[in-house]
Amino acid sequence: MRWLAQTAAVIALNLRTVPGRLSSSAVAIVGIAGVVVVFVSVLSIGAGFAAAMEGSGAPDRALVLRSGADTEMTSGLDGPAVDVIRQAPGIRREGAGALTSAELYVMLDIPKRSAPDGSANVPMRGVEPAGVTLRDEVSIVEGRMLQFGTNEVIVGRAASGQFVNMRLGDTIVSGQNRWPVVGIFEADGGVAETEVWADVRTLQGAYRRGNTYQSVLVQLESPGSFDTFRDWLTSNPQVNLAIRRESEYYRAQSVAMTTLIRSIGFGIAALMGIGAIFGAILTMYTAVATRAREIATLRALGFNTASVLVSVLAESLGLGAIGGVIGGAAAYLAFNGYQTSTMNFQTFSQVAFAFRVTPSLLATGLFYALLMGLVGGLLPAVRAARLPISSALREL
Amino acid sequence: MKFLPLIWKNVWRRKFRTTFTLLSLFVAFLLFGLLMTIKAAFSLGVDIAGLDRLILIHKVSLIMPLPYSYLARLQATPGVSRATHQTWFNGIYQDPSNFFANIAVEPEAFLEIYPEFRVPPDQVAAWLADRQGALVGRDLANRFGWSVGDRVPLIGTIWQPKQGQVWDFNIRGIYDADEGVDKTQFFFRYDYLDENRAVGEGLVGWYVVKIADPSQAVALSRTFDEMFANSPAETKTTTEKGFIEGFATQIGDIGAIMIAISSVVLFMFGLVAASTMAQSVRERTSELAVLKTLGFSGGTILALVLAESFFVVLVGGGLGLAAAWLFVRQGDPTGGLLPLFTLPPRDIAIGVALMAAMGLLAGAAPALGAMRLRITDALRRV
Repeated sequence: MRWLAQTAAVIALNLRTVPGRLSSSAVAIVGIAGVVVVFVSVLSIGAGFAAAMEGSGAPDRALVLRSGADTEMTSGLDGPAVDVIRQAPGIRREGAGALTSAELYVMLDIPKRSAPDGSANVPMRGVEPAGVTLRDEVSIVEGRMLQFGTNEVIVGRAASGQFVNMRLGDTIVSGQNRWPVVGIFEADGGVAETEVWADVRTLQGAYRRGNTYQSVLVQLESPGSFDTFRDWLTSNPQVNLAIRRESEYYRAQSVAMTTLIRSIGFGIAALMGIGAIFGAILTMYTAVATRAREIATLRALGFNTASVLVSVLAESLGLGAIGGVIGGAAAYLAFNGYQTSTMNFQTFSQVAFAFRVTPSLLATGLFYALLMGLVGGLLPAVRAARLPISSALREL
Repeated sequence: MKFLPLIWKNVWRRKFRTTFTLLSLFVAFLLFGLLMTIKAAFSLGVDIAGLDRLILIHKVSLIMPLPYSYLARLQATPGVSRATHQTWFNGIYQDPSNFFANIAVEPEAFLEIYPEFRVPPDQVAAWLADRQGALVGRDLANRFGWSVGDRVPLIGTIWQPKQGQVWDFNIRGIYDADEGVDKTQFFFRYDYLDENRAVGEGLVGWYVVKIADPSQAVALSRTFDEMFANSPAETKTTTEKGFIEGFATQIGDIGAIMIAISSVVLFMFGLVAASTMAQSVRERTSELAVLKTLGFSGGTILALVLAESFFVVLVGGGLGLAAAWLFVRQGDPTGGLLPLFTLPPRDIAIGVALMAAMGLLAGAAPALGAMRLRITDALRRV
């Protein structure tokens, strides 16, 4: 108990002298806050991208591509193959037809709003009517649904915001094609919100695809009927197909990008963290140096070395905590929800997403801040505890 | 010059503090170098893109193919020195994670239009003699341990062969190039692709046109686009530089993010350096007053303190930047995700300029304070 009381007393004394050393403490705080800002904001890019991609697929939907194709972009299916797919067991059927949508996935060359002179590969999807109903996350938020059999299109909300000339009532001009925008839709923040949707048959004509498609999206009876569906198709000698759950397809696409962002984020943050620790060491070392006489006096009065050591560590941890909170708050205020778009390297098409500063990122940031404070305080604390009393008292 | 020993002594009067200041500056400029390397990697080599090369893509989108028949018309246009076409193949080597660019080209025209790819003459001859031959970049060859003569199968994604899924290639040449040029690409012969693909005969991805006079780029682009207007495959022509820039902006503003992070880093560590300098001068107040008493002018004192600050920043920062350069020379640590991994000389120059500015800013306030010091006040302060 006495030890605790002593330590508390020394910490209190210590903290009371902090205002006198504000500028030097500020250096450590700014350093640690800087690391946390960079760490949290870079990783929030990865979190946002992953959320957009992973929120895009449902486990009870299957995506059928040509065997060998790794994305919709590189796949191709002819009409007869699509007819075979629609016969497969395990598909939910409503009324007469199977809930399937044979689709085309092409690109439009449209500039980003942020760079109106350039061009970006905006994905355009041709869907069948069932393609809209079986994606139950899709809802029209402005205007109306496109009319099948015409060249009307509906545009995802993110695409409408990121690219020029995609608002309700605009007409998208692409080569000799005209696509009037009659509706804006949302899809729970998934990648579909970056897409432009048209009637697949109109799109076949516009892109000269004849009676071919690129993918078939299938509503399964239940997530469990995936195996039945896949096995029937893979054992069917008429077709040569690759079948994936939709959720797995999108997760696989986000892996490369999120890994790259994570390694860059952690790499930069680790190096910066080392630098910030040096900053914290300097600050705490200065603090100990300016308080050398005070510390020596305490020791001469009989305060034990452990309490001196703990008090220095406590100050350093405090600086870390303040830096962590400031950094986390700054990253949250500046970046959470920030809308941007990037290229999905698997399909070379644009994906819009929002930065996500998640609670777990903030917690990790704070943890690193405390760690930096602790490590930064260690050496100076030992130094303070070892200070030879007599020579410290003699100094100036 | 005669004051050098004095500056040296001052720098090391508190070894512990100077060591950590040097270390934090080292980290700061190491980071600066790496961030600028990432920035350059994501600009996709736009700085070295040829201004005398135009790219023609389908007006609707890059993924739409163009007919082979355009080649003759492009070649016949006045002002064109050589035209060729390329086709994105997107083949997979063993696993999709082994991604690299693989492109079908016309070998002779390709090597003429891209003189930056250096290939030994005997390897060129071997490539021209083998229909299944491929030319690969030095970095790519190192990544997979390929050498000339190896047989490499790629799984077709966009283009399927008439039978099966696998296309076989023989490596006939390995190209080298200057730093800053992508050496991770895989080029093979278009005639092999065209004769063996199941569908799409006579279609190419895009055209590359080398023009005689770069100042004619805009006029010629318009000529080409008008030439194919109102045809089933209208075109959009840009310079190679414009094309790459467009691609880079599609990835997003990585450059701006890297510059923002660098600013945070440099501000953070600049503050450390400034606070250390201020602290170190404050401790020496009485000593500086003694120097003044001995007859040192205000200007000399100013110069002494500034020199000390410059020394610390330049040594710490310089070593950091050098370490970044050495690290980058080892090559891309991600194993192929960043095809261009070099620290541009321009950014090294910017780094040195930043060090000078930081040395000046960190030392300015304490140095001015020291210069204005009044001997009587300073000596009394103790």
